[in-house]
Amino acid sequence: MITLDHVTRRYQGFSALEDVTLTVADGEILVLIGASGSGKSTLLQLINRLQDPSSGTVRVDGEDIAGIAPEQLRRRMGYVIQGGGLFPHWTVARNIATVPRLLGWDRARIDARVTELLDLLRLDATRLRNAYPHMLSGGQQQRVGVARALAAGPSILLMDEPFGALDPVTRAELQAEIRRIHTETGCTIVFVTHDMDEALGLATRIAVIDRGRLVQLGTPLELLTRPATDQVAHFIGTTDRGLKLLAVQRVGDRVRPGETTPGEPVSAEISLSSALSAMVTRSQDRLPVSDPAGAPLGTIHLADLLGP
Amino acid sequence: MIAFIVLLALLLLATFGLGYTAPLFAALFPGLDNPVYRQDGFPALLLGHVEIVAAASSIAVILGVATGIAVTRPAGREFRGLLETVAATGQAFPPVAVLALAVPAMGFGAEPAIVALALYGLLPVVQNTIAGLENTPADARIAAAGMGMTPAQILLQVELPLAAPVILTGIRLSVVIGIGTAAIASTVGARTLGLPIIVGLNGSNIAYVLQGATLVALLAVTLDQGFDALTVGLTRWRSAT
Repeated sequence: MITLDHVTRRYQGFSALEDVTLTVADGEILVLIGASGSGKSTLLQLINRLQDPSSGTVRVDGEDIAGIAPEQLRRRMGYVIQGGGLFPHWTVARNIATVPRLLGWDRARIDARVTELLDLLRLDATRLRNAYPHMLSGGQQQRVGVARALAAGPSILLMDEPFGALDPVTRAELQAEIRRIHTETGCTIVFVTHDMDEALGLATRIAVIDRGRLVQLGTPLELLTRPATDQVAHFIGTTDRGLKLLAVQRVGDRVRPGETTPGEPVSAEISLSSALSAMVTRSQDRLPVSDPAGAPLGTIHLADLLGP
Repeated sequence: MIAFIVLLALLLLATFGLGYTAPLFAALFPGLDNPVYRQDGFPALLLGHVEIVAAASSIAVILGVATGIAVTRPAGREFRGLLETVAATGQAFPPVAVLALAVPAMGFGAEPAIVALALYGLLPVVQNTIAGLENTPADARIAAAGMGMTPAQILLQVELPLAAPVILTGIRLSVVIGIGTAAIASTVGARTLGLPIIVGLNGSNIAYVLQGATLVALLAVTLDQGFDALTVGLTRWRSAT
């Protein structure tokens, strides 16, 4: 658990972050979103002491981190930055081994862990293990960046606009990888982005930061249905807000149980926006729904998309 | 690497072989009584030359790299302008003038020559150390800190290896300039390859000048290629495919 208690960060009179109080629960993905210069990266860097608060306290699992040596603290947390921030003169394996080496693991344990992480990030171990970063694509470099951050099995992963420089397709792939890795490892993730779609797709909760202040903290659904300020509403976007709302809710929540409809069933796990898309492509106003295993659950009607 | 080995062989051949080339130089310069410089052996002069350059360059490199690192750390940043001015002044002084000033203080011999050469060679090392360290990718430095490396680990494992080619270029320039300039040190009694040149100039013996100058030039080119091979070795990762 990460707790920020009335945290303020100033540089030479300029307030980068002003009186922020928030708690990141164990195992959640908290997405910090805001325009550039809003203070979202500052907030992230306060958690691994790349910056220290001007006032207020940051606690990790109840312990004030001002009392922990920055290097010790950082070795306990994964840190991913835009572009990966790989060391260009080290091989992929050596890059991934950075924190385990700092922690003094023996060679066999490091080698085994590197192989495990290459597999976890779906990187071809035989071909890429001894490659240098410049030989990899942007997406591969970022995968190595994530593998390096996970190397010592941290319980907290800090990600600072990690996928900002990637093309939309690679970006979507890596977002899916993060969701999968999050499910597999159960680690707590604090994720900085300026992309609302990325935030809505990944977040357990979203914290909207505007000019150094926390203006709203809530689930994607709460943000979409009850934006706290005009800025938040503006940030969500006005034209496709309805579609975003559909994207963060699941078919399973709106299904009419027991009602049968002919046709190829859709999974209860897909989003309402995918269901809408299926209705439009099939020219049907209702779809049969099954659970992920394939057993029939019921039917969803077009009208159900409007609300429960 | 091959160029370096060939040049080194050529340098040693010339150094040890020049004593046997009297007929050649007699034919080239028929008016001279002594066509080959024999007051000191060429191997001894080469050794003296290398010793002085090695001593001066070691001082310039240790001082230059250390101060270059110091002024790129947060604590030393405000001394950067001062250091660059001092180093630039060191190079702006003609080495002959530094020699002339050093002799009264240190006497004749190798010592004043080493001081003059070290001062003269400081600037390229300082400049390239600063430039090399400042141009390491910022995201690699941030990532290194974020991974939990200490400032010393960041310097030794990330910044210096990445800056090494640029720093090495500065050292290379400094050493090559030093080899040429060390010839002048013979004017204050240091035994270098400049001796045949100066004796030759004084006695209108062009053959002596040619012999000294050839060896100085060969030595400079050989070491230049040696640094080239070293740079290639240190940046092998860049060309990996």
